[in-house]
Amino acid sequence: MHEKTVEAGVLEPCLEMKGLDFWYGDTQALKGIDLVVPRHRITALIGPSGCGKSTVLRCINRMNELIEGTRHEGRIVLDGRDIFDDDVDPVALRRHIGMVFQKPNPFPKSIYDNIAYGVRLSRKVGKTEMDRVVQDALEKAHLWDEVKDRLKSPATGLSGGQQQRLCIARALAVKPRVLLMDEPCSALDPIATAKIEDLLLELRDEVTIIIVTHSMQQAARVSDYTAFFYLGELIEHGPTRRIFESPNEQLTERYITGRFG
Amino acid sequence: MTTPGPFAPDAALRRRQTKEKLAQGLLFTASSMSVLILAVLLGRLLWDGLPAIDWGFLTAKYSPLALLTGTTGIGDAIVASAVILVFTMLFAVPLGVAGAIYLNEYAPKGRLTRMIETTIANLAGVPSVVYGLLGLAIFVRFLQVGANMLAAALTLGVLILPIIIVSSQEALRAVPNQLRDASFGLGATKWQTVRHHVLPYALPGILTGNILALSRAAGETAPLLVIGLPVYTTMVGVGPLDPGTPLQTRIFFLASDPRATVQELAAGAVVVLLAVTLLLNLAAIVLRHRLSKRIKW
Amino acid sequence: MTRTKTSEGTAPVDRGVPLFGRKSIDVGARGADALMRGVFFLGGVFVLFVAAAIVWVLLDNSVGFFSFVSPVEFFFHDVWHAVEGANAQYGIWPLVSGTLLVAAGAALIGLPLGLATAIYLAEYASPRIRGFLKPVIEVLAGIPSIVFGFFALAVISPLVQGATAPGTFLGGLFGNAGVFSAANAMIVVGIMVLPIVTSISEDALRSVPQHLREASLALGATRWETVRNVVLPSAVSGVAASFVLAVSRAIGETMAVTMAAGTQAKLTANPVDAIQTMTAFIAQKTSGDTPHQGPGFLSLFAVGAALFAFTFIMNVLAQRFVRRYREVET
Ligand SMILES: Nc1ncnc2c1ncn2[C@@H]1O[C@H](COP(=O)(O)OP(=O)(O)O)[C@@H](O)[C@H]1O
Ligand SMILES: [Mg+2]
Repeated sequence: MHEKTVEAGVLEPCLEMKGLDFWYGDTQALKGIDLVVPRHRITALIGPSGCGKSTVLRCINRMNELIEGTRHEGRIVLDGRDIFDDDVDPVALRRHIGMVFQKPNPFPKSIYDNIAYGVRLSRKVGKTEMDRVVQDALEKAHLWDEVKDRLKSPATGLSGGQQQRLCIARALAVKPRVLLMDEPCSALDPIATAKIEDLLLELRDEVTIIIVTHSMQQAARVSDYTAFFYLGELIEHGPTRRIFESPNEQLTERYITGRFG
Repeated sequence: MTTPGPFAPDAALRRRQTKEKLAQGLLFTASSMSVLILAVLLGRLLWDGLPAIDWGFLTAKYSPLALLTGTTGIGDAIVASAVILVFTMLFAVPLGVAGAIYLNEYAPKGRLTRMIETTIANLAGVPSVVYGLLGLAIFVRFLQVGANMLAAALTLGVLILPIIIVSSQEALRAVPNQLRDASFGLGATKWQTVRHHVLPYALPGILTGNILALSRAAGETAPLLVIGLPVYTTMVGVGPLDPGTPLQTRIFFLASDPRATVQELAAGAVVVLLAVTLLLNLAAIVLRHRLSKRIKW
Repeated sequence: MTRTKTSEGTAPVDRGVPLFGRKSIDVGARGADALMRGVFFLGGVFVLFVAAAIVWVLLDNSVGFFSFVSPVEFFFHDVWHAVEGANAQYGIWPLVSGTLLVAAGAALIGLPLGLATAIYLAEYASPRIRGFLKPVIEVLAGIPSIVFGFFALAVISPLVQGATAPGTFLGGLFGNAGVFSAANAMIVVGIMVLPIVTSISEDALRSVPQHLREASLALGATRWETVRNVVLPSAVSGVAASFVLAVSRAIGETMAVTMAAGTQAKLTANPVDAIQTMTAFIAQKTSGDTPHQGPGFLSLFAVGAALFAFTFIMNVLAQRFVRRYREVET
């Protein structure tokens, strides 16, 4: 377990969910979620498949409202603002909340343009500045040394692990406050996974990370806090060490020890 | 919570969102054009054509005298259409379905097969007048069939052949391979397998494709003009070697006459043709729909 | 085919196959198998005969045509006057220009509208609007071209005449259109190719993986920015294929053009002029009482060969594009 783990009370909250319900049509996917995500820490969401982990992530950047027939109740407060407030534009919101998906999904463009894409959307950026932004993002994603000589070649030519780090760099380039990651390593081999896990530990000082993972080991290795979901409900939430060593709920214990999943 | 929040749109984003709205509006407007066009087209044709349609119009045969008074009918054209379409399908369906079966069930993956498939793709893009020239040179003149309903049927048959092959192939491809394997496993020959397992399963799909091809043939006009099928005739025969003017060429003939009374007759004939083709299309769509339901099972 | 028992047609299995083991495949079954293989093979290779016949008919008669008319005249002169007798002139340019004028005008109308509709359908439309719009497009695609020809005469021609009447801005710019004009044909053919562009482009747009859209939206792009910067570039070869096929269809379209554009082969770029396309020439010339010989008759095939060449090249190009986007898809 990670040494930096600190108790929640000491930390400033970055994001808070208050009584969050969510429906896809008639099926309720989330039920009264109350969750505090501390700033500059890594929070892992775990739970059996279909329990609503991805739905939580996609509520935070309001990607779920692009699906026909969805509906929510409750609040998500990011830095003191309810993201569902009337004056919040989801497009503006998403600039502050990066997302990395399960399968690496670089655009079929050059490595450089992948990083530049998000930055260019909101403002004109000169070439020298953009070069710096691209290098910066790639360095943070531990990718710079591997690709600096082929920035103009297609991103789809990279290996899976490199692609995923490129996607992380792409998200970091717009300087988000929060980084959402939905099982970012499930399509990668162990070595590529290890690289990304190292990366996450470093990024912690820069962004607040929420990572969905189906791997208990991964949650234990990288996260400071862990939230366990079951059937759309948040069963238990706390410092990772405590959750793994002495869970309060029997359900949590059974899941962590691999008795269902 | 009163100052504009960090997630409120700034000026730049407001501009981008305006663009978004604009794009959405333009795309919606462009899409509505198709609806508008179809509405105007159907509305206008029905408005002009329906008054001309009565029992007499549908059954009377063409006569130049009746044309003068604007009372001639399309009965003979309907008969000619039916005769031509029957022979078209008699010619094209067996050939096309056989071709599809060969390609999907028998053909080895090789040069010849690839050549056939490329050829079919290219034939599908050949303009219909060129099929007319083919019919004129081969059926009318070289084979001495003459400019009659049989030549028309053969020409249309060749024209819809690629459509039939491609759609039948699609239907055959949808047959699960386990079905074939099960049959072969029982020691059946290829033909027995195709006949007892593949064809029955693919039949609705094949039928759908053939109906669409039929609807195409029912409206195709240019090749019939090119082979020299008369645009009007007072002879009414139902034999394939008789001349005959099917609906589509009759429309061409009537529409070229600027007199208002004749234009109304043309509109009437258009409505009848449109009804036939749209009903055929509808039948195909319904059939396909039921088919897709069955596949889910 | 007709031998298949259709009464039990849809039941896929359950047809008790009475064969167990090799011995029971009797000579009859083997014979039938070989026979049917032959029958199907003939069906398969028949299209090769058709293609060969088309090429042969066009080439053979074109060769005949050029024994009357010099290729220099055909390819380089700019008067087309295909009458019987000595004062006939066979410079194909007026027909080519008429064809290209109509195709260009149709493209100007049909491509943007068709693509916009495709984008709306693939990226914006709710399932309900889609369920309404798709059939409309399909119906439009199923309407015979003779019907569009009649529509062009009855509805579009009066509109064009009105828009270019003396005293109007367009009338001042282009001149006044008569009953027949290239503009009529442009508009109606534009409408006719719209469904082609829409259905093929929509297919291409839909085949762009959803995760690319999500990546863009999650970075704070609007939908339109996502469409423009991510979806369209990924679908570009499919969209290109739809454009090329649509233009090819416009070039090959016959009845609507024959009825709407007139019968005067004229080298012009003015849309209010009455013109003649290659296809319209073929349809109009053959529907008259033409003797089946001589340069006038044979010119049909020379023009047909030129038309075939145009559309063939475009179709090959379109197939290239389609193949490319199929590859990207996988
Ligand atoms: N687009 C959708 N439409 C309808 N139901 C959905 C959709 N996405 C997810 N669900 C349902 O919501 C529940 C939670 O799904 P999800 O958040 O993806 O779970 P997890 O990521 O934990 O595996 C599941 O029951 C799933 O079937
Ligand atoms: Mg998930």
